[in-house]
Amino acid sequence: MAAITKDQVKHVANLARLAITEEEAEHYTEKLASIIEFAEQLNEVDTSGVAPTTHPVPLVNVLRKDEPAKGLDRDLMLKNVPEHEDGMVKVPSILG
Amino acid sequence: MTLFNHSAKELQQLLHSKEVSVSELTDEAFRRIGKVDGDVKAFLALNEEQAKARAAELDNTPADQRGPLHGLPVGVKDNIVTEGLETTCASRMLGGFDPIYHATAAKKLDDAGLITVGKVNMDEFAMGGSTENSYYKKTANPWNLDYVPGGSSGGSAAAVAAGEVPFTLGSDTGGSIRQPAAYCGVVGMKPTYGRVSRYGLVAFASSLDQIGPITRTVEDNAFLLSAISGHDPYDSTSFDIDVPDFASALTGDIKGLKIGIASEYLGEGVGEASRNAVKDAIKVLESLGAEVEEVSLPYTKYALPAYYLLSSSEASSNLARFDGIRYGYRAEDAANLEEIYKKTRSEGFGDEVKTRIMLGTFALSSGFYDAYYKKAQKVRTLVRDDFTNAFEKYDVVIGPTSPTAAFKLGEQIDDPLTMYANDILTIPVNLAGVPAISVPCGFDNGLPLGLQIIGRHFDESTVYRVAHAFEQATDFHKRMPEIREGLEQ
Repeated sequence: MAAITKDQVKHVANLARLAITEEEAEHYTEKLASIIEFAEQLNEVDTSGVAPTTHPVPLVNVLRKDEPAKGLDRDLMLKNVPEHEDGMVKVPSILG
Repeated sequence: MTLFNHSAKELQQLLHSKEVSVSELTDEAFRRIGKVDGDVKAFLALNEEQAKARAAELDNTPADQRGPLHGLPVGVKDNIVTEGLETTCASRMLGGFDPIYHATAAKKLDDAGLITVGKVNMDEFAMGGSTENSYYKKTANPWNLDYVPGGSSGGSAAAVAAGEVPFTLGSDTGGSIRQPAAYCGVVGMKPTYGRVSRYGLVAFASSLDQIGPITRTVEDNAFLLSAISGHDPYDSTSFDIDVPDFASALTGDIKGLKIGIASEYLGEGVGEASRNAVKDAIKVLESLGAEVEEVSLPYTKYALPAYYLLSSSEASSNLARFDGIRYGYRAEDAANLEEIYKKTRSEGFGDEVKTRIMLGTFALSSGFYDAYYKKAQKVRTLVRDDFTNAFEKYDVVIGPTSPTAAFKLGEQIDDPLTMYANDILTIPVNLAGVPAISVPCGFDNGLPLGLQIIGRHFDESTVYRVAHAFEQATDFHKRMPEIREGLEQ
């Protein structure tokens, strides 16, 4: 069985909010399958009893004083927003 | 010719004796860029007006208030945000993005009196090993313009090698500073994870990314790392630990130091030229009094597949922010919100970035999480343990930086697994979070090779000490590529 099917690729693309054409679905199925097959060599490694690493240098409970500080200026924050109105970010209607 | 065949120390002496001014040095950077960047194509954006104004200011700083990097020009990788200077991550997604604040590392460059002359090219969102994944341009290797500069910090390495600027910042997630430094014959350091703040570094894989310096010499590299390091309240993964004056570690003395040569780094998949250059390097280190022995890092082979699952998983989450709403590219003619997301992301991201987002989404998705993501995290522990074990006996571990010298432009871009394999010797270091440097150690058909020196967590000082001793005993770093200064672009 292939490491990943075309239907799975379409499903994953949808989850990642990527629109892909039929042709692209084939391209990514082939590309992803070769990478996933390569990654499957990890199954050769016995990892029973091995704890997963989430971070290379472990840190726990990084705390700081809860002091209010000035945030960024709103007009400045809107500088890169493609569309805005009255100081708010504008999007198309979300209710059908 | 370029003034930037001089080290920072020499340039500082020229400034001190008033043979050149800060303004003249800045002008020299833009002159040189104008002459050679049409061929090298390292720069994406130039900061000429602001840089010249800043140079005029810095010319007035009294001599006793000048640090080792005062008034010197620097280039910054385009995934490090710079206030008022376009930052694109070499992606269509961020075309025209005008940051409203400085990354902490960029601010520290300013504080050290460095002058940011421009932003340098990279693989889109730092995903790639040749800088060919840039949406904007393909950077060339200054040693041979038909070859890649490496990646993802290809612009950073090429700009230094071509003498356009003496220093740049890069970022390294799986080798993206060290591999291009090796391909371009310059010095590149990936510091310990947590040494340099990641605030304002556009995130690729947050548990792996680090910013670091690319320079002509080891000493310059040490100066620059001291300048950008330190705890930052805006990055809670940056370590609250003293920052040494790394340059003071460069004693030249490595007598009695215990060096492990990683046997897996001279094995399968590593080219003969790289192997031989490292064997020669071992003789040099031994002649300086170091004790070199073979050490095994048995899980090396599994680092590459684990890395691609982990880094892509983190990327799929980090890059979810690019949705066309708050910044960056927004697709036109979208009927509803869902369509804005999909059209924007499909048009804004390139092929490799989409591949990694989908790979990561897959590895994290229900039903596959344990088999791929969690498995890779466990293998990461074993790779990290390899280094922990080696460092019980050895002060540093060495090997080649990459299996071969640079390859030709266009040669590997359609073959992801071959492209990924260039990073087999650099990726384990990121998984473990330890520091490592690449220094020039030879040539293969006129193209540079790099020696990688890996140290314990937060022991960049010993890494620099070994790198410096090796550099001073060899003359690879003294060679510069011959680049014809073409007509003004």
